[in-house]
Amino acid sequence: MLLQDQVAIVTGASRGIGRAVAVDLARQGASVLINYQRNATAAEEVVADIRQAGGDALAHRADVSDESEVAGIIEATLSHWGRLDILVCNAGATVDAPLMRLKPEQWHHVIETDLTSAFLCCRAALPAMRSRQYGRIITMGSLAGLAGNVGQTSYAAAKAGLVGLTRALAREVAAEGITANVVAPAYIDTDFIENVSPAIREWAINTIAMRRFGTTDEVAAAVSFLASPRSSYITGHVLTLDGGWVMP
Amino acid sequence: MDFTGQVAIITGGSRGIGRAVVCDLARRGAKVLFCYRERGEAAAETLAIVHNAGGVAEAVQADVSDPTTGTALVQAALERWGRLDILVNCAGHVGYGPMEDMSTARWRNVIATNLTGVYHTCRAALRPMMQRRYGRIINLSALHASGGFPGQADYSAATAGVQGFTRSLAREAAAWSITVNSVAPGFVETEMLDVIPGEIRAWGEGIIAMRRTGRPEEVAAAVVFLASSMASYITGHTLAVDGGWRMAG
Repeated sequence: MLLQDQVAIVTGASRGIGRAVAVDLARQGASVLINYQRNATAAEEVVADIRQAGGDALAHRADVSDESEVAGIIEATLSHWGRLDILVCNAGATVDAPLMRLKPEQWHHVIETDLTSAFLCCRAALPAMRSRQYGRIITMGSLAGLAGNVGQTSYAAAKAGLVGLTRALAREVAAEGITANVVAPAYIDTDFIENVSPAIREWAINTIAMRRFGTTDEVAAAVSFLASPRSSYITGHVLTLDGGWVMP
Repeated sequence: MDFTGQVAIITGGSRGIGRAVVCDLARRGAKVLFCYRERGEAAAETLAIVHNAGGVAEAVQADVSDPTTGTALVQAALERWGRLDILVNCAGHVGYGPMEDMSTARWRNVIATNLTGVYHTCRAALRPMMQRRYGRIINLSALHASGGFPGQADYSAATAGVQGFTRSLAREAAAWSITVNSVAPGFVETEMLDVIPGEIRAWGEGIIAMRRTGRPEEVAAAVVFLASSMASYITGHTLAVDGGWRMAG
């Protein structure tokens, strides 16, 4: 197992990509804190799935855009397991609207949830990683942050911002055994894309080299690799999973 | 990551990154055929490492800039083991010296080995991979491709060419579930690093966020990830393994 005895935090882990990441990290041997904001039932299901497979997990409710609640995530992790090796900043939201109709409160909501949350989580996680001179930080970017996407100016700005945040952080902590990388998926089969219109879906499928959307398990596999000791010389990288679409 | 039953071809497998890839894949159960151009003793050492660990590997002497080498390697792998799952192009040649001193022969040699050699092996590997509708191709590039590097314009051109080639082939081969990616190392402890003058090396190490050079095994880990079933939705990508040097492109 790649992650024997390690401890991980996954934000937004009750469903979709976050859930798959948490389950895969646990399968690789890590104990995982399952952060969620609203759906306690779904989060407890993830915990139950992991425990049933012989793994170790704990559900923890927190709003990742709230400084004190983020501190609570770290406290819960350290008091339960005594260490922190892996942080996956996955929690995110999007409010799609053309720029002319995008309201400031919608903009703020997306920036807070997708970008500021990563700042808060990374900052809170650093002392525990620094004390052991080891850490793996993975932020969940998006192809939209690299190539842009119609109706997603706020989401694209937040996800592009994550790249800048992650790379700057990677340079700050590189000498301390901590790496920071971005995983940037394109269209992945989650309830995120159920809202995408059939016309857009068809256009996307026809322009993706692999002619299919990715799966949450495929994103999780990339995260697990970057979360493992085997990625020790990779930092500040943006690992895109786009099935050969844009190839940024 | 288990590669039991899979067959891999590695070019330039006698030393450096190529050797680390051979050993890592063989340790995980793959049967590995690798080629080397001139270092027979180093190739024998690589074989000994694999065999002592209970792995399966064979070596053949071949120059990847020879247009017949790709076909010969693929034929040899198919005759021995009946299939081909993975191709890793590690064979590389590098010199050092400013443009005004760069001879046409040096330019041609670097392009022929680092870029055209990749074309030859990939073309040969495609048919058996297409027949089984599965394949993993990983081409070694370098940070030179996106960052440029003084004294190595030829190598920069060749490794950038590898990335363009990789993306195009990724688009062509996706329909057969063949992924094609490249890995772009920075300063890695191999003999290739020895040609770089001390002051240039110091400049590079000053830029690397981790303030250290990489080990061949760390690059091999990235190659093995891309060669595994874990990387099934990643194609046309260049995975940088540079300790946080470039962080762009």
